[in-house]
Amino acid sequence: MRAQDILAPAGPQAQHIEALWWVTVVICAVVFAAVLVALALALIRSPRGNPATPPDLSSLARPERSAAFAVVAAVALCSALLVFLTVASFATDRRLASLGPPALEIEITGHRWWWEVRYQDADPSRTFTTANEMHIPVGKPVLVKLKADDVIHSFWVPNLSGKKDLIPGRDATLTLQADKPGVYRGQCAEFCGVQHAKMALLVFADPPEQYQAWAAAERKPALQPASEEQERGREIFVNGRCAMCHAIQGTSANARKAPDLTHFASRETLAAGAVPNTIGHLAGWILDPHSIKPGVNMPGNPLDPDDLQALLAYLGGLR
Amino acid sequence: MNPVLDQTWRDARGFFGTLAAIDHKTIGKRYLVTAFGFFVAAGILAALMRLQLARPENTLIGPDLYNQLFTTHGTAMMFLFAVPVMQGMAIYLVPLMVGARSIAFPRMNAFAYWIYLFGGLFLFIALLLDIGPDAGWFSYVPLAGPQYTPGKRADVWAQMITFTELSGLIAAIVVIATVFKLRAPGMTLARLPLFVWAMLVTAFMILFAMPAVMLASTALILDRLVSTHFYNPAEGGDALLWQHLFWFFGHPEVYFIFIPGLAFMSSIIPTFSRRPIYGYPAIVLSLTSTAFLSFGLWVHHMFATHIPELGKSFFTAASMMIAIPTAIQIFCWLATMWSGRLDLRTPMLFSLAFFFILVLGGLTGIMVASVPLDLQLHDTYFVVAHLHYVLIGGAVFPLFGAWYYWFPKLTGRLMSERLGRWQFWLFFIGFNVAFYPMHHLGLQGMPRRVYTYADDMGWGPLNLLSTLGAVMIAASVLLFIVNAARSRRGGMLAAENPWGAGTLEWATASPPPAYNFERPPVVRARDPLWEPIGEPPAEPAQVVGLAERTREALVTTVLDAMPSHRLVFPQPSIWPFVSAVMLTALFIGSIFTPWAVVWGAVPVAIAVTLWFWPKRGETLEHLALEKRP
Repeated sequence: MRAQDILAPAGPQAQHIEALWWVTVVICAVVFAAVLVALALALIRSPRGNPATPPDLSSLARPERSAAFAVVAAVALCSALLVFLTVASFATDRRLASLGPPALEIEITGHRWWWEVRYQDADPSRTFTTANEMHIPVGKPVLVKLKADDVIHSFWVPNLSGKKDLIPGRDATLTLQADKPGVYRGQCAEFCGVQHAKMALLVFADPPEQYQAWAAAERKPALQPASEEQERGREIFVNGRCAMCHAIQGTSANARKAPDLTHFASRETLAAGAVPNTIGHLAGWILDPHSIKPGVNMPGNPLDPDDLQALLAYLGGLR
Repeated sequence: MNPVLDQTWRDARGFFGTLAAIDHKTIGKRYLVTAFGFFVAAGILAALMRLQLARPENTLIGPDLYNQLFTTHGTAMMFLFAVPVMQGMAIYLVPLMVGARSIAFPRMNAFAYWIYLFGGLFLFIALLLDIGPDAGWFSYVPLAGPQYTPGKRADVWAQMITFTELSGLIAAIVVIATVFKLRAPGMTLARLPLFVWAMLVTAFMILFAMPAVMLASTALILDRLVSTHFYNPAEGGDALLWQHLFWFFGHPEVYFIFIPGLAFMSSIIPTFSRRPIYGYPAIVLSLTSTAFLSFGLWVHHMFATHIPELGKSFFTAASMMIAIPTAIQIFCWLATMWSGRLDLRTPMLFSLAFFFILVLGGLTGIMVASVPLDLQLHDTYFVVAHLHYVLIGGAVFPLFGAWYYWFPKLTGRLMSERLGRWQFWLFFIGFNVAFYPMHHLGLQGMPRRVYTYADDMGWGPLNLLSTLGAVMIAASVLLFIVNAARSRRGGMLAAENPWGAGTLEWATASPPPAYNFERPPVVRARDPLWEPIGEPPAEPAQVVGLAERTREALVTTVLDAMPSHRLVFPQPSIWPFVSAVMLTALFIGSIFTPWAVVWGAVPVAIAVTLWFWPKRGETLEHLALEKRP
């Protein structure tokens, strides 16, 4: 089962929220129980009547002091609890804003229906782009800059932090940190059209050295074809339709309409988490993406079997 | 039955008579039946969605249809069921409760109904033609803008808003005017039944909230039809502007669905506790403060957007605070029952469910009011659970209670108590089975508005359970239809006041005659039917001296309901219907071409002119009456 759980925090942001959650749940549960007990007592103690029972108008003549006291006390108690919860919420807000200076800046752009992930660096030659899967070093605050290319999306990895919307024309930021190594799944949380359901994101929280190794590999251009078949696959990719939308660094394909495939084979999933990245799924995806993600922007590619094999061999080698 | 009055106030029979009807009871019943029809239709859409989600990777319904289904479900439930059904209850009951012969502006009231009906049919016909809106009931831009929803789907949504909001605004004006000016003499504001207070507050909320969404949706249509750029960030527009305008309406909307629910509670509980309600002034103040506060919460729908944190804190505090007036009312009802003699019939059972379902929904509301918690829970199934607990627990359960309660007044017959209990328990259990698991699904990370989910997410079993609950709810609604249909023909005959209630609608026959009251009553207490005792009154107990052969009624003052003057009400007329048809043509035409606004206005202007064309004979008659009553 993939980790996409609000109540299994793996970082300080999600932990602060989880702590507030349990405080709120306990208070609410007590209030709920108290209301039901009061209702049950009222039902038990009051005698039964029927439409012919003459209405009891005694309350019009004399004030109901004990009822007034009970109602005022209950309202006062509820108000006090609400003030407490409000203050607790503000305190949590403050804690969420107190994560240290970021060690890493990542710019995420929401597209229909995939995530573009750009690792930024003061040195432009060290920036790199990937898609739908991101790695972060454990124990370090990460600043995520959020942009949208088309419609509104929402970035949400519940094990790590709350969500934040990606709104065209209004850039936002989010700070998060993972304390436990692991893979955390996120999913677009703002309805963004036909394939909103299949717009997932994996966050790999790696120990720092492992993260450094991954980043170093990602910065390199794509591996050169190692066989004749892969060579032919690259030709098909670069000279065919693929290069109209996709990029592979180190080749002449550099469009940004669709995920960057430079290190495609090192990813676990395909099509924004829709299916595992296996050769069978990849073949199905290339031939008819709409059977996996109906309505997706990628067109079907009726390649003949040899060309498909060559393309699969090339893409499968892009580690 | 007074044959002269009946002749004066009755709608004509026959085909044209039906189209020309203006009696508020006829119009009110039409609202209720139409809204119930849309409730069932939108419920069927929900059932289809539940079937699709019953298991992971299901392929029963594809994403394109699923998105139309959930959009139409939400849109129809909010705009075509929840708001109009409450207005229908008000249109039927408010004139009876305030002791009036008629509702104010009866022709306009009929016009509003036709506009509502045509707007609703427009939405469902569009869905059947595969041009149902698919951008969500909130229709966020840029998704609903010209670039990302080409075709007419988003226009259908935006124009349906124009229909229903126009009708809603008119109905609100009608209710306000009736409550303010047509109350029985002696019914001061301090004696106004709580039901009427709640409907008055609701009507004012509608008046202030609905223009925001009409403005927003008109700007959306302009963006789509004539290429303005209100919401296009690339041209200096703002995508977030839509959210502010929509939720400035959208949050109060939740409360003008909920406050009528409170109205039903405050009517049913005293009657079945056999005592006047405890804390009348506190409840009135709670209703009004809820209305004010509800306009200060809209940003809690937008906590995940990039707006200043300090501003969000204000909306957290306001959202928490609105729980207080509701808590006050809950405690007042508990105090009423505590010292009452309880009669646990079906209407009361539905009211008691409120204490379980609405309170739970209110408490989860406190959770999502907090910014940090909302950042996790927002747009997950937790919120789907929360909103259904609030809206179904706060409005639909009391509404079913209200239908059992007022059914004898509307039809003259009681509903079956046995079937009623079966329906209640099926609904109560089915509701919790369907919606409680969604809290856990949300905590497990399941977002809203997804047409499917992967098997390895582990959301399958709870979704299946939820679907089973939906089946129980469907069975319960079916049972209600059976009960209503059977009771209407063969139910036990109801007397004037079958529940021994205290408000004025029970002072006339069941069903009431066209003229409501043979002699409009004079009111001296909050529960006029319970409190006739005391010193012999100085003034008469009934209004006398109104003309019987013309539609004459008494107008009273706003605060103290002192008799002010006599007013002659209009006759039934076909022109409200014709005007509504013409306006419908204009509205629908204008999603295709802006010229429809120009040319479509001509028949509308003609119809409206004929509607208001003065008749010499009637004017002379009114003048004569004024000189010599």
